[in-house]
Amino acid sequence: MKTIQGTVYVVRDDIDTDQIIPAQYLNLVPTIPEEYAKLGSYALCGLPDGYPPFVKPGALTAEYPILIAGRNFGCGSSREHAPVCLGAAGVKAVVAESYARIFFRNCVSTGELYPFETPIRLCEVFKTGDRAEIDVGGAHLTNCTTGKTYSIKELGAVAPVVEAGGIFAYARKSGIIK
Amino acid sequence: MAMTLTEKILARAAGKRVVGPGDNVWVEVDILLTHDVCGPGTIGVFQREFGKMAKVWDPSKVVIIPDHYIFTADEKAHRNVDTLRDFAKYQKLAYFYDPGTPTYKGVCHVALPQTGHVRPGEVIFGTDSHTCTHGALGAFATGIGNTDAGFIMGAGKLLIKVPKTMRFTVNGTVPPYLMGKDIILKIIGDIGFDGASYCAMEFTGDAIRQLSIEERMTICNMAIEAGAKNGIIEPDEKTFEYVKAHTPKPFEAVYGDADAPVESERTYDASTLEPCVAEPHVPSNFALARERNDVKLDRSYIGSCTGGKITDFLAAARILKGHKVAIPTFLVPATVEVAEDIIKSEIDGKSLIEIFAEAGCEDIAPPSCAACLGGPEDTFGRTSGTEAVISTTNRNFPGRMGSKQSRIYLASPLTAAASAIRGRITDPREFM
Ligand code: SF4
Repeated sequence: MKTIQGTVYVVRDDIDTDQIIPAQYLNLVPTIPEEYAKLGSYALCGLPDGYPPFVKPGALTAEYPILIAGRNFGCGSSREHAPVCLGAAGVKAVVAESYARIFFRNCVSTGELYPFETPIRLCEVFKTGDRAEIDVGGAHLTNCTTGKTYSIKELGAVAPVVEAGGIFAYARKSGIIK
Repeated sequence: MAMTLTEKILARAAGKRVVGPGDNVWVEVDILLTHDVCGPGTIGVFQREFGKMAKVWDPSKVVIIPDHYIFTADEKAHRNVDTLRDFAKYQKLAYFYDPGTPTYKGVCHVALPQTGHVRPGEVIFGTDSHTCTHGALGAFATGIGNTDAGFIMGAGKLLIKVPKTMRFTVNGTVPPYLMGKDIILKIIGDIGFDGASYCAMEFTGDAIRQLSIEERMTICNMAIEAGAKNGIIEPDEKTFEYVKAHTPKPFEAVYGDADAPVESERTYDASTLEPCVAEPHVPSNFALARERNDVKLDRSYIGSCTGGKITDFLAAARILKGHKVAIPTFLVPATVEVAEDIIKSEIDGKSLIEIFAEAGCEDIAPPSCAACLGGPEDTFGRTSGTEAVISTTNRNFPGRMGSKQSRIYLASPLTAAASAIRGRITDPREFM
């Protein structure tokens, strides 16, 4: 059974794509490998002051494979740079109360990360630096620091798309394109 | 079965008699729009997946309108436009609006209908969240990411979920001090920043029909600011007149069934609505302009796909005529056509150019997205400190116009102009 483990980083409601990746870095093209890596180094650098840096200065990736968020994560622009920079920074999953539609779709299409949803307001109960484990198939999340377990919504139809590595891999596998 | 306007368009594009909310359907795409920020990545995905030499599914349906980072010294920005130029040439794309040449247009969402690529009943996808603007002409239009766009480039279709429809009926007479911007900010304030997530926002009613196509575009443009998949307005005589003036291409309009069930319905009376702002840092932070008189401002910004159309500049000029601005006031026409219309238009025999110059506005910038999304450091109008800005753009997120510390108040061009004169948030009725 697939699990995702590691340290979590916690953000709150309405984190828009300008905060995930500020517009001045949109000159980087996600399909160019060096620029993909560079995008990772800027992940979440647009968060308001008060948040600890997500990626340490000078580093390309973050120490947080799991992101915990409140409502409406990824709202705003349709830039795919947003899920891409998180994936490039080493994020494997976001667990949020809800997502903006385009961001959710981009996570799935690119296969960069799992966008899990949960009705529980986890951004109140997790703290940045807690350790957590997600049981992908079993649809739950454990806070290894406190020992508590929370249920997350099953991904349903989109799970195999992320699992396959995105919409192209999935469409080929299922014969929609050659 | 009765279907809403959005459902009917998607059913036709999917080759089905009936579709309902929640159905996942493959739809045929009429137009794929991309620009300099997401185009190179989309091309990267397309070539990675379909092959370096692969051809797009239809070179007359991929429209590329560079607009974001045009007037900058940033090298990567130039490299990205070069990528688009090479691709357009290799693919023999019919519609590439090349910066630095007479074909350059400016902001894609104003340019797309102006160049005749938006027609009622069609399905438009774009690598930009404000692609929902084009629902103003009775099309289904929505924003997607590079990967989905790369898929469309090769396959000409996309798998999408049919959205539920939320209907907003705006009746009554639109007073002269009220604009499309005020109507949509009120609606977003009421339903919240994620109040229409995954839904179609359909706007209807007498007041909507009184609005020009440009004003309807302002309303549909901001549907995404409530999380909607698309915004849409049923086409009418004004729509047909606009479309026929911009393209000879035939189209078949689609209308919703009056008895189609919808997810929710809200009704407004335009005559009771008032000029408003959205306070930092979300577009749903609604406040009446007259109740925010105490907010001091550092600059006023009139531009973008939401507020940089000729109707927006005419509105601003109506207020500014005979007055002086108290704060730096930036004017960025969305497109070359808007810039030309500013030169041609007059109010009581005085040209807009003269009105703006006499009011003490900054020199009019060349058309592009400019500071609407911050952009490279040398972007025109970009904030760099703790500026308080009243802006006709569509987003006021932290850092959206550049600096994380600046505060953006979204407003109509009438309100942005009145506020420029006073140097604080001002209801335009004070000057009417
Ligand atoms: S004007 Fe602003 S909102 Fe419109 S396309 Fe350009 S950056 Fe986006």
